[in-house]
Amino acid sequence: MSRVAGLLEEFGKIASSPMNRLNEYASEGKKAIGCMPIYCPEELVYAADMVPFGIWGAEKEVSQAKEYFPAFICSILQTSLEMGLRGDLDQLSAVMIPVLCDSLKCMGQNWKQGVKNVEFIPVIHPQNRKMEAGVEFLKTQYTNIKNRLEEISGNEITDDKLKAAIDVYNEHRKAMREFVDTAAQYPHLITPAQRSAVIKSGYFMEKPEHTKMVREIVKECNAQPQKEWDGLKVVTTGIIADSPSILKILEEHKIAVVADDIAHESRQFRTDVPNCDDPMEALARQLSVMEGCSVLYDPDKKRGDMIVDQVKKHDADGVIVLMTKFCDPEEYDYPIMKKSFDKHEIPSIMIEIDQQMRNYEQARTMVQTFSDMLSN
Amino acid sequence: MSETNEKPVKAKYLLRDILDQHYKNAWDAKNRGEKVGWCASNFPQEICETLGVPVVYPENQAAAISAKGAGLKMCEHSEANGYSNDICAYARISLAYMDIKECKEMDMPQPDFVLCCNNICNQMIKWYENISKELDIPMILIDIPYNTEFETSDDRVKYIRAQFDHAISQLEEITGKTFSQERFEEVMRISQESSKAWLGATEYTKYDPSPLNGFDLFNHMAVAVCARGKQESVDAFQLLEKEYAQAVKDGTSTYRGEQKHRILFEGIACWPYLRHKLTTLMQHNINMVGTVYADAFGVIYNNVDEMMKAYSYVPNAVSFERALKMRVDAVTKNKCEGAVIHTNRSCKLWSGFMYELDRRLREETGIPTVTFDGDQADPRNFSEAQYDTRVQGLYEVMEANKKGGNL
Repeated sequence: MSRVAGLLEEFGKIASSPMNRLNEYASEGKKAIGCMPIYCPEELVYAADMVPFGIWGAEKEVSQAKEYFPAFICSILQTSLEMGLRGDLDQLSAVMIPVLCDSLKCMGQNWKQGVKNVEFIPVIHPQNRKMEAGVEFLKTQYTNIKNRLEEISGNEITDDKLKAAIDVYNEHRKAMREFVDTAAQYPHLITPAQRSAVIKSGYFMEKPEHTKMVREIVKECNAQPQKEWDGLKVVTTGIIADSPSILKILEEHKIAVVADDIAHESRQFRTDVPNCDDPMEALARQLSVMEGCSVLYDPDKKRGDMIVDQVKKHDADGVIVLMTKFCDPEEYDYPIMKKSFDKHEIPSIMIEIDQQMRNYEQARTMVQTFSDMLSN
Repeated sequence: MSETNEKPVKAKYLLRDILDQHYKNAWDAKNRGEKVGWCASNFPQEICETLGVPVVYPENQAAAISAKGAGLKMCEHSEANGYSNDICAYARISLAYMDIKECKEMDMPQPDFVLCCNNICNQMIKWYENISKELDIPMILIDIPYNTEFETSDDRVKYIRAQFDHAISQLEEITGKTFSQERFEEVMRISQESSKAWLGATEYTKYDPSPLNGFDLFNHMAVAVCARGKQESVDAFQLLEKEYAQAVKDGTSTYRGEQKHRILFEGIACWPYLRHKLTTLMQHNINMVGTVYADAFGVIYNNVDEMMKAYSYVPNAVSFERALKMRVDAVTKNKCEGAVIHTNRSCKLWSGFMYELDRRLREETGIPTVTFDGDQADPRNFSEAQYDTRVQGLYEVMEANKKGGNL
């Protein structure tokens, strides 16, 4: 087995068995803090010598969560709450839950009422994030979180530790950007599912370790000759795109993901925490420089054009919109994005996805049709 | 006819006229070439009233359109434009109106700017972003962060206050009008009077029998939404209070029939089926006397900082604990014997922790509750049969409770 294949297998194992990692942390005496979608100040957790642990749902049956959520809440939150209610996440010391969409607002409140063993820490982002008052507000909110994390960990989060954490995270972001570019250049080495696993594994690993592995795979790939890709190239967009079944369908149709605008993927690492003397201000200011995310206020609706730029940059054949069922922020963006794609004559399809999906035949047919259309 | 023989004008007609006049003023302003805004129902109306900027309310329009039976047509138009039927039906109706630009059930001027406030939900932001983008008009957002604490913290007040000031300067720039502190003080005073009178009127549901059919509030509250800062609204709401006071004395009510049972109605009305819902309740002699929805538009404060807080205490902006307390208080104050809870397909925020709230409400008050699936404006998401069965079930439990059977 080549080193690239070996590394990909390792990433795949970690991405598909997050609970093993959580157990490992517990056995090592490390405290872990759950981080729910879409943006949590992970640097604070890291600076408190704890492990941030991503919770973005899972392909699980929902039963107990139905006692809290009506059926029209997205499966990411339904399955996350299910895990919390079942006690699967009891090894977490707390969970941070933002309020960036209406369903997330309810998620936090349901968690607080229903999950007794894992403390709820609210993360309140301002929507007028470009105003100085918004940055100031977020700084205060992050300070509240910092205080709570210090109590939980028993460790002080000094400015120096926070600065170091920001450096670690910005290094990771840079490595991830390099990785997605590398994956675009080596589609014959990295399948869509493997690309996803490399990114997803980062949610369950300590960042320096993940950065090191990601750097290694980038290096190993770059040492290989580039080959002409005889399949199709797409840019994906949506909240999450880690479904093995969907990614397998892309692979079967020789469709490479050359860039993404997925909240669970590139939206996490395409913007660094900016430089500021005060690290808490730097952390708060990051939100003000993010663009093109459905849960962050943007009256200019830049997202569609940002995706168009990615399509052009990577010479992609089209866009696949992976629409998380019941995700209203994404559903509002879709008609506006679609206009941008159509205006630039970029073919696109929208596939509705759900972590509760059991039948992928409709998705397969849509991808098949899209593939045929692009190939002609 | 001599003056002495004229019947006094009823508050409900005054309220209807205020609403008509509000929209007429907006049309007149538009026709004069003035800029007109589309405004979220809980955007601080004090700003527009002070500046004399005409605004109209898409939520109000969507409710009216759906109540008059055109909700489906408008929703389907937006769906054909790529909008999922998962998104709020008010938004789908409004985005359709933006596109078609006319609807015989209720027309209003097209916007030159939009004023958004997300204390009722974050979907408002997305909805207004899309209007702003599609029509290429400016958007002003006052972001009221979801309040996970029981009280509104000082840092929130500071953030909201800064946005309030910023919104004023943005509106001054857009409309060319100037903000007067003196006029602002006056508008705050009037708004307080009208809010107090409105809340005063809604309080009359505590009487048994209630002098009003609780569903009347759903009709009257449009003025509380649109025109809190106008003197005419103060007058009309004060008259409404007087009428209810008189009705209590006279033992009369706008509820037709005997009031045997008193309930809390939780959630937004299903506008397309308002009559059906009302009729079913009346068949069982049930009056709706408790709701936190109508009260949402009575915003009480004594100064600007308190105003910021008041806008953060509207029902959908508050924590579970505060939301529960509002319902428990409504049940207790109005002596509700049961509750009908609307799981509103359009409103994830209102419905997203309602199951637990329902359980806790029953625990804390001991009243029976039923839930039904519905929608504030999309007629496809409501089943008359399910609603009727649930109300029938509640009625039977309330009857048994009254006879001591279930106690």
